[in-house]
Amino acid sequence: MSADFLYGIEVVLNGLMAGVLYALVALGFVLIFKASGIFNFAQGVMALFAALTLVGIMEGQVPFAHLINAVFGTNIHHFGWQVPAILAIFLTVLVMIAFAWAVQHFVFRHLVGQEPIILFMATIGLAYFLEGVGDLMWGSSIRTLALGLPQGGSLWVEEMTNGLGGDDFYGFFIDKLDMVATLVALVLVAGLVAFAQYTKQGRAMRAVADDHQAALSVGISLSYIWVLVWSLAGIVALVAGVMWGAKSGVQFSLSLIALKALPVLMLGGFTSIPGAIVGGMIIGVGEKLFEYTIGAPYLGGATENWFAYMLALVFLVFRPQGLFGERIIERV
Amino acid sequence: MLYREAGDFKTSYQADSQTFPIAFDRWRYWAVLVIAFCVVPFFVNAYWANAILVPFLIYAIAAIGLNILTGYCGQVSLGTGGFMAVGAYACYKLMTSFPDVSIVIHIILAGGITAAVGAAFGLPSLRIKGFYLAVATLAAQFFLVWMFNKVSWFYNYSASGQINAPERFVAGIAVTGPNTAPWAQYMICLVFLTICALIARNLTRGTIGRSWMAIRDMDIAAEIIGVNPLKAKLTAFAVSSFFIGISGALFFAVYLGAVEVGEAFGIQKSFLVLFMIIIGGLGSLFGSFAGAAFLVLLPVALKVIGVDLLGWPTDLVAHLQLVIVGGLIMFFLIKEPHGLAQLWRVAKEKLRLWPFPY
Repeated sequence: MSADFLYGIEVVLNGLMAGVLYALVALGFVLIFKASGIFNFAQGVMALFAALTLVGIMEGQVPFAHLINAVFGTNIHHFGWQVPAILAIFLTVLVMIAFAWAVQHFVFRHLVGQEPIILFMATIGLAYFLEGVGDLMWGSSIRTLALGLPQGGSLWVEEMTNGLGGDDFYGFFIDKLDMVATLVALVLVAGLVAFAQYTKQGRAMRAVADDHQAALSVGISLSYIWVLVWSLAGIVALVAGVMWGAKSGVQFSLSLIALKALPVLMLGGFTSIPGAIVGGMIIGVGEKLFEYTIGAPYLGGATENWFAYMLALVFLVFRPQGLFGERIIERV
Repeated sequence: MLYREAGDFKTSYQADSQTFPIAFDRWRYWAVLVIAFCVVPFFVNAYWANAILVPFLIYAIAAIGLNILTGYCGQVSLGTGGFMAVGAYACYKLMTSFPDVSIVIHIILAGGITAAVGAAFGLPSLRIKGFYLAVATLAAQFFLVWMFNKVSWFYNYSASGQINAPERFVAGIAVTGPNTAPWAQYMICLVFLTICALIARNLTRGTIGRSWMAIRDMDIAAEIIGVNPLKAKLTAFAVSSFFIGISGALFFAVYLGAVEVGEAFGIQKSFLVLFMIIIGGLGSLFGSFAGAAFLVLLPVALKVIGVDLLGWPTDLVAHLQLVIVGGLIMFFLIKEPHGLAQLWRVAKEKLRLWPFPY
């Protein structure tokens, strides 16, 4: 096999890994959209907020220190303790659940029955709000997430695959973190599917997704289910935030991955969990391959910024409901 | 007492279907125009022009444009920043290629070019609807910004990748370049805004505007009663992009003077204009003005209160601003999904009946 071809395979593998991370964000979208019809633009900011909260708790930062200092003229910043990672993750999950409750109680409870586009715009407002709160609570500097996740290229994979090609091929370069992320994503998806299939709450969740009024009539509390899906989406956001944060630092650009998850959703369909995963893979591989074969040599690079959207756009023209989405039936 | 139809008799169909059926509204309209054209230019200084008036006028044009597409035709677009960039770069290329032609013509042509680009990106809207379309317009946003960054022909191969507006004159007065007087900046934007608003108002009143609204309310039903969706959607995209292109050209040539595409016309700009029409009111011209004024004034007001009065650090105020803007958007959507324009409409209804509301 020629080295070029093998490097092409390496690009595909790395694309798959990136795709898994996109899929992680897209999962949060699908959960909320299925259960409540809300297209949650704030998912990316939720990932940022969750990661910021995790770092802040671990480092023992005082929340809103900046604001308190400005108002009262004090000079506090840290409690002076370090919180172990497990406890910090637990606390962050609690924060995300509290956030889910607050979102449901203060915002979306009042917007039931509004047009989908109004709900979508409300989530854009929520995204701004949460971004500001995150900055106010924990400051806006770039943080590193010290969870002890493995990083850097995997030597083992490189040595194992070294013999495949000729003299100018040195084995596949694959980031250990990406492998961990893939594993975590698989576990998470398996967990979510098991939750949806086998638990009482999961069944109630699917009932709500099928038909709100029928679910109400058999005694399922809509507001409880909505808090539940927002909490689940918050936890998924935490996982996505940790993975992306470990990769590139916890900073504002983390919230932009939400924009990357949108074409994933369009490809996979808004209502399908497998669709989110497959869509993520297609986008991840597609954009890496395009950059490798056409973008970098001929177009001056950085095509990853827009390729995913164009791919989704062209794809949608032929199949408007996405790969796995429910067929769109329109009635007058 | 003044605000009512009673006694204001119409004697022709033309008078009956005019834009402002109530005499007080007509007087107010002329009064606003007179103040804007004849009073403000004599008092405007550099701070007011740069911080408030010129951005307000330019964003109002962009908001009118987006409101035509989203508010009147129901097609959500997140590509406003990209289309503004098209207007800016088209204007720049025209200004540098044909230095003898008047800048006014260049700005109008830039609008025309943006209209063509907008119509091209509007083509998928015939198949793709709702959220899917909103996301599809992101393709325009990211692709256009990338293109203006990478293809050096667009910025005349300058080393910095920036575009700089050369000095241009209208009737012997500099309107672009470093020596522009604040009142000249203000006047050229005001003239464009007034003309755009007049065009928009009359388009939305007529056949074409009604076909847009039919598509917005239910596209299949509209198609059945004989509205051509291809024509309606593409004209909405084209007209909307025309206005957005003009605002982009003014934003670059008159307001900023030098532009780096990712910074000036990024995705944040798309959201900003979208917020303007949400807060102002979808499907309302007054809403476009109100929303633009609100979101231009809010950061200035917060800065004056936070930084100058309370002495807080600027980054803290910037974060608070995000919280407040986001919170206000949610608040408005909950309390009044139709925006400031609806408050205004309700107030007018009350006024008409006051003091005997029965």
